[in-house]
Formats: sequence, structure tokens, C-alpha cells
Amino acid sequence: MRSDGGRLDHRIISRIVAPGAKVLDLGCGNGDLMYLLVREKNARVQGIELDEAAIYECVRKGLSVIHGDIEEGLREYPDGSFDDVILNQSIQQVKKVDEVFEQALRIGRRIIVGFPNFAHLGARSMLFFLGRSPVTESLPYRWNDTPNVRFLSVTDFRRFCDERGLKILSAHYIGEGKEVRFRPNLFAKDALFVISKNEGRK
Amino acid sequence: MAGKGQPVGVVETQYYTFAEPPELLLLESGKRLGPVILAYETYGHLNRERTNAILVLHALSADAHAAGHHKGGRDPGWWDAMIGPGKAFDTDRYFVICSNVIGGCKGSTGPSSVRPETGSPYGLHFPLITIRDMVEAQRRLIDHLGIESLLCVVGGSMGGMQTLQWVASYPERVRSAIPIATALKNSPQQIAFNEVVRQSIMADPAWRDGNYYDDGQPEKGLAIARMIGHITFMSDQSMEEKFSRRLKNGNYSFRFGADFEVESYLRYRGDSFVKRFDANSYLYVTKALDYFDVSGGRLVGANGCERIRFLVISFKSDWLYPSYQSQEIVKELKRKACDVTYCDIASTYGHDAFLLEVNEQTNLIRPFLDKTFHGYEVADYAI
Repeated sequence: MRSDGGRLDHRIISRIVAPGAKVLDLGCGNGDLMYLLVREKNARVQGIELDEAAIYECVRKGLSVIHGDIEEGLREYPDGSFDDVILNQSIQQVKKVDEVFEQALRIGRRIIVGFPNFAHLGARSMLFFLGRSPVTESLPYRWNDTPNVRFLSVTDFRRFCDERGLKILSAHYIGEGKEVRFRPNLFAKDALFVISKNEGRK
Repeated sequence: MAGKGQPVGVVETQYYTFAEPPELLLLESGKRLGPVILAYETYGHLNRERTNAILVLHALSADAHAAGHHKGGRDPGWWDAMIGPGKAFDTDRYFVICSNVIGGCKGSTGPSSVRPETGSPYGLHFPLITIRDMVEAQRRLIDHLGIESLLCVVGGSMGGMQTLQWVASYPERVRSAIPIATALKNSPQQIAFNEVVRQSIMADPAWRDGNYYDDGQPEKGLAIARMIGHITFMSDQSMEEKFSRRLKNGNYSFRFGADFEVESYLRYRGDSFVKRFDANSYLYVTKALDYFDVSGGRLVGANGCERIRFLVISFKSDWLYPSYQSQEIVKELKRKACDVTYCDIASTYGHDAFLLEVNEQTNLIRPFLDKTFHGYEVADYAI
């Protein structure tokens, strides 16, 4: 259920994940990222995915995946079950955002969050010049058929973390097939954040 | 991948006898049973390392004949579509075993077997058996076959319960488990259906408190019991597709004959069942279903699932063993951080789907077994 615009996001995530890490991929789609993490990082991965066809793809790759909703599927995991919980290109489709983050931070040491940046230049100009809801490479849907229910920008997400006292361990911004460093909220199509609980703060 | 398999060919049921006096089998109830005969079949070959054995566990009324044909017989085994060269349980790679449960009537010791003390059938003198007892008997067979560790235990419905019981009883002897369309325990609704089934058998005067072996089965009661069963095995949608309101003879008869196709189907199913299944066995086996309960942390011990892989399968239209019950199994496995894969297949066949949805199950089971057997080294999929 993710757009998979290039594989740069996967390569960055694979860089972030430690060798042999225990990883939970929420909204794992056809399992490409999990497969990469198994191959490159010898990670112990587990996925949760809503789409039945994607389940068969994951199983074909030898991956462990649970057919279900990520909003309902986290409560049973014991505290600290995973090193990393990945929410790559799935958070924009989640209704109970706070609850998912709370659960993900309970069961995982870190969360790796990837999402399309709604404030990207392309999206902004479509809205500003054409007066239409943005349809871009990382936001490929029209208003009537989009699975997305959350529309957030890089700045929105930083504020979200700040308000909840979440610690941003690193941030990565993806533009046209390469990483972006200059004014990411304007030039990044997708953003990847690695966050954890900020133990020092409430 | 799916549907390209070859037939198993001609197979023969074999028999293993154990628990000869005085070494009787101790049952969960505290009673003892023996000697015990288990009817079983095998397909494929056990490898030199004895690491490729798969134990297939059957549902309520099935038997050891899971695949292939008996000599001169026309009916293939009950899971023939899934077991064979190139099929989900590939007999070119794996050694597949299926045994008839104790308490049944298909060659294994049950209430219709001869009681050694009297020389006549046990009837109600047969002790109540549980799913754990069934597994205990299978464990003896697996020992007898010289297999220390099973690559996989798998089964649907009651076979799924036996699968879960194997995990609970012998986690160190199971490398993977595939419980299909099953539950950690029967719900009150499932117990209620089983009770109606039992009452319908026991209400038939021909039942004679279980002593009918000289006079013939309680056919009416057993047929009605099976008709109830068949309603619960199908879904509203599959009945609509199979029968709709089609009439047998085009018009209402304005009598109590079988006007609708669904009525004559149920009657046919009921009547043919009494020819092949023992009424007392139906009582015993449904009771075993009702007693089964591995909920509340009993499925997996503190370090039980370290090396067991799970594939849990349910079907969206199954209302006898609804998906939520399979999801309860998954939740239990998550709590214990077990390696679990789960798929809720969008089938319209109801509970019967585990016998009918061959392609979907094959697409899950084949790669799952491949990964369990070989790990990542052999399989190489392009991404």
C-alpha cells in the first residue's frame, strides 16, 4: 500500500537499521523492504499488512506477515519487543495516529517514519496556481480515490514530535532520486524520521 | 505454482498397535485405554536425516486417507488436492503422515472397536477422550516411525486443534505449525451446536444408550446430526450460489417432501453419512472438541516458541470457526513474541473452505514450508 517511489527510502532505512535488529514493519506492503532488511542486515522482521494480495507476496518471499489492521494489531506485543518499528508510507493512512505512535514507542525502541511531504513545492504550486488538490509522484491519488486520511508536512511532523516530547534521532529528506538538504519542507517529496521517546522529558 | 501437482497414486492404510496391557494409555480423564490401534497413511519418503516429516491432522469425520487412491477405490483422500508431488505438501520433498484419531471409527480404536474384556464393542464403555489424548496417541506413532522432530503439524478445524495441542504438548518436537479455521477453545455457540448434534443422536430410540451394534445405527438421529453439521460448514453466500431457492421438481409439492434443492442435498448428505460413520464416534469426537481449551497462555510456554514458525489461516465467510478465533491465536502468539504469519482468506465457502480453497492455501503453505525447511539460503526471489 505504499507508492515506493524509487527505492531510496528503502536504502536509507536499511542504513538506519542495525545488523541483526528485530524489526516490525507496519503496513509492509509486498514485503520488499523487509526482504531487503533480511538480506542486507540479517534483521529479524515481522510485518503487518491489510491487503490480502500483499500477504501472498510477503509469504512467497519467505517473510512472516500478519494480515490485519495496524491500528488494532499492536496491543498484544510485549513492551520493547522490537528494536525498530517502521511506519514507512503508512502513517498518512492511519486514523488513530497518536495511539499508533504510543503503541509503537511502547513495543519498539525507535520508530522509523516515512511519509509524503504535503508541503513539497510541486504540491504547493498545484494548489496555488491551479487551485486543485495536489496530485504528485508521492501523492498520486485524486481527492475521491485517495487512501490517505492524513496530510502532513515536514514542519507538521517536527511540531508533532515537539508537542509530544519525542526525540528526533535523525531526519532524511528525499527529492528527485536523491537526498535533499536545503529547505526540506519545500524541496523534499518524502521525509524519513527516526524518533524515540525522550526519556529526559515528560 | 498451485494446481500443477501430480497424483499420489495408490496408497494403503497401515495400522500401529500400542498400549498393550499392562502398559495402557493414560488418558486426560484419568482412565486407561489399551490396546490402542492407530490407522495411518504415509506419502513420500522420509529423508536420511529424518527432518522432512509433516503430520497432517484431520477434522471431525475424516480419516487417515488424506491423499491418493486405495486399490480398487475411486475416492481420492480428503485433502488430495493439497498433498502430492508439486502440491502444497509436496511429496517429492516431504514425508507426509496422516492418522485417524482415537475415538474415531476409521480403523483407529474407538467406541465401535471390540472391548478386550468382553469381546463386544465398547459402546459407552469407551472412555471419554480429549484432543490431548488424540495427540498423545499420535506421538506414539511418530516415535514408532523413528521421527524426533516434525517439520510441520497441520490441520483444519478439529485438525487445527490437534495442531495447537501438538505445540502445547510437544513444542520441542515441532518446527512449524499450520492451524487452519480453528480456535484456542470452542465458544458457547460451537458447544451449543455440538450439543444439538449429540441430542439428535441420543434422542433416536435406535441409539439404545450406545448399544446398537447388533441392531444397526440410529440412522435418523445421526443423519439429522450431520445435516446440522453441513449447515454450519457452508456460508449463507455459498448456499445461495449452490442452491438458491431452486426447486427439485419445478413446483411446490404442498407436502413435506424435499421441495428445495437445499433440502434434498442435506437429506442426501445425512443419508450417506450414516453409511460411513459411527454414531457413538460422533458423540465422543464432538465432546473432545468441546473440552479442548488451550487459551489463557496454555498454548505456548515461557520459552516454547523460540524455534517454532506459525502459519495461521482463516476464512472470512467461516461462521462456525470465525476469523476472530484465529486472530485470538495470533494475539496469543504475539504476546509470546512467536514467529507468526496470518492470512484471512477472502473465501465465500464458509468453514468448508479449508478443503476447497486449494490455490490460496497452496500459495501460503508451499513457500512457508520451503522457508521452514531450507531457511533463506536456497530460495532466491528477485525483488
